[in-house]
Amino acid sequence: MCENHRQDRLDKPLHTELPEGHTLSRRDFMKVGIGALGALAVLELGGVSLMFLQSRSQEGEFGDTITAGPVDNFPAGSVTEFTDGRFFLLRAPDGGFLALHNRCPHLGCTVTWEPHLDRFLCPCHASTFDFYGNFDNPPVPRPLDAFSVRIQDGVVLVDTFELRRRENFAPEQLTYA
Amino acid sequence: MRSLPLRSWKERLLYTPQAEPETRSRIRAVTDSLILHVHPAKVPVSALRFTYTWALGGISATLALLLLVTGVLLMFRYEPTIERAYTSIQQLETQVVFGSLVRAIHHWSANLLVLTTFLHLLRVFLTGGYKKGRAVNWLIGIGLMLLVLLFNFTGYLLPWDQLAYWAITVSTSLISYVPVIGPTISRVALAGPEVGQGALSNFYALHVAVLPVMTTAALGYHFWRVRKDGGISRPEREEGRAERVTTMPHLVRRELAVAAAVIAAIVIWGMLQPAPLAELANPTRSPNPAKAAWFFVGLQELLLHMDTLAAMALIVLVLGGMVILPRWDRHEENIGIYFRSPAGRRSALLGALLSIDLVPLLVFADEAWIDLPAMFPAWPTLVSNGLIPLAGALIGLAAVYAIPRKVFKANHSEALVGLFSFLMASLVVLTIIGNIFRGPNMALVLPF
Ligand code: HEM
Ligand code: FES
Repeated sequence: MCENHRQDRLDKPLHTELPEGHTLSRRDFMKVGIGALGALAVLELGGVSLMFLQSRSQEGEFGDTITAGPVDNFPAGSVTEFTDGRFFLLRAPDGGFLALHNRCPHLGCTVTWEPHLDRFLCPCHASTFDFYGNFDNPPVPRPLDAFSVRIQDGVVLVDTFELRRRENFAPEQLTYA
Repeated sequence: MRSLPLRSWKERLLYTPQAEPETRSRIRAVTDSLILHVHPAKVPVSALRFTYTWALGGISATLALLLLVTGVLLMFRYEPTIERAYTSIQQLETQVVFGSLVRAIHHWSANLLVLTTFLHLLRVFLTGGYKKGRAVNWLIGIGLMLLVLLFNFTGYLLPWDQLAYWAITVSTSLISYVPVIGPTISRVALAGPEVGQGALSNFYALHVAVLPVMTTAALGYHFWRVRKDGGISRPEREEGRAERVTTMPHLVRRELAVAAAVIAAIVIWGMLQPAPLAELANPTRSPNPAKAAWFFVGLQELLLHMDTLAAMALIVLVLGGMVILPRWDRHEENIGIYFRSPAGRRSALLGALLSIDLVPLLVFADEAWIDLPAMFPAWPTLVSNGLIPLAGALIGLAAVYAIPRKVFKANHSEALVGLFSFLMASLVVLTIIGNIFRGPNMALVLPF
């Protein structure tokens, strides 16, 4: 049996002419099939790994809805820092609210509010931002990022799970009581 | 007679049922054949010259081994959570017996490894060690250099002190400026909106599992390849008639001596100088100045002087040049000779001196007088602060290549030595300026 088999193989040339109408030999079919299944398996494993890693990005340490306090706690033109929430809550002179991320969009250092300059200041590369977070000069690429502000029953709530990048300050970004 | 049980155990482990006198030679045979898997039986005398390799590859390998051993020890004590990481390091420093020493050895070996790997790369470049079929090992070497940097980078975060937290914050922000892939890499690395538990878990898994496996594989290949390529490079005129000596003891004894010296030096240094630990990470207050990890500070310095995209372009060009180097410099006749030739030596000196003079001058001038965006207010900053400095840098590099060609009558290979020396010296100078001469607000200061 075994001998026959070997004989068989030796007699046939390695790449036989395929009969008319056939385009794929059994061996090629197996090769392609196994290759395709293998590639599929790799893709699946890759996908599983990626999704496995993805899920953790939702358990951020900050990224809750933060209750800032009653609307009346914040006089017009004031800046209040919420360190744990990572934001400054501003109340514009016309009464609108804006929550700004306290990290510099350049390389991520924390900015401070300097009332006497009427500016936010980043110590790392000496950048400054005005009251609404617009930057004054490079290397900063964009204004301070913002969080969305909601007002429920006279209480200011700040959603810190999503940062909004802005081109520039625009009045629509303010939330009114 | 009392040692008999012990000896019989040894014998069983080594499958040597023979009687006494042969045991020793058997053990010898086993270790010998192990060594001969890595080394050839005989090596040319010239390959043993200390002043050829400066043993830099061997020193790096020893450090890697030390890192492995101390790293495994640290894993038993370190806890990778943001609540416990810093405390577990503090306990290591104050309560665990030899904790401070083990951590110090790991810390200093890691930082030294960046240095020795870089110097080894320089040595291989300067002796043309990537020539004559050694291109693949040059590429593996570049991969190893990147792995060493990644190792240090991921390890940087683990103590969870202020230095760690803000260095990683600044570095990942830098990464997010890389066009197209940068933001994704940075987001995946952080697994969250800022450096936090997600980032710590990521960095820990990379540091203790993924990178060790990759590095071990790459190193194994690197060593095997050195042997496969016919041993390390040496001058062409020697080939064939080189005097050879047996690997054992001539090479092995030297390797052991270097390893012993490195281990002794690191342990003594570690006893004198514990690894630093700043105060607990505070995500609500960055220190001033906030710098990237020290080996990336040269890059951060570059970014102070030109637009991010321009700096990235420059880095990609230099890295690309290193990758294609084996095809770019095909003068194989000068392999194994430091600086290639007297003309190459002069080019190297010129390149290094130019860099040491020019780079600090330019940094200072840019700080004090040059304000490109203000000088060309009509143009977008991408042009005034990006294209202009990039073009300036490229013209400067072309000049560094052209001068030796013209003045020293250097050939292509020798002029490349000048260019490479200029680039590497500039990297060193920028790294020194950024680490030592930058104070609060990243302003230039004197360190003393
Ligand atoms: C973890 C880092 C590394 C270790 C432990 C290591 C180890 C070694 C060792 C032990 C040798 C034998 C000769 C000698 O000791 O100089 C060697 C040779 C070599 N290495 Fe590395 N290496 C590392 C990184 C690199 C890097 C960054 C490069 C360059 C990009 C590189 C490229 C080469 C080449 C091309 C050779 C052959 C050189 C010749 O034949 O002259 N290696 N390496
Ligand atoms: S991080 Fe704020 S200016 Fe650079």
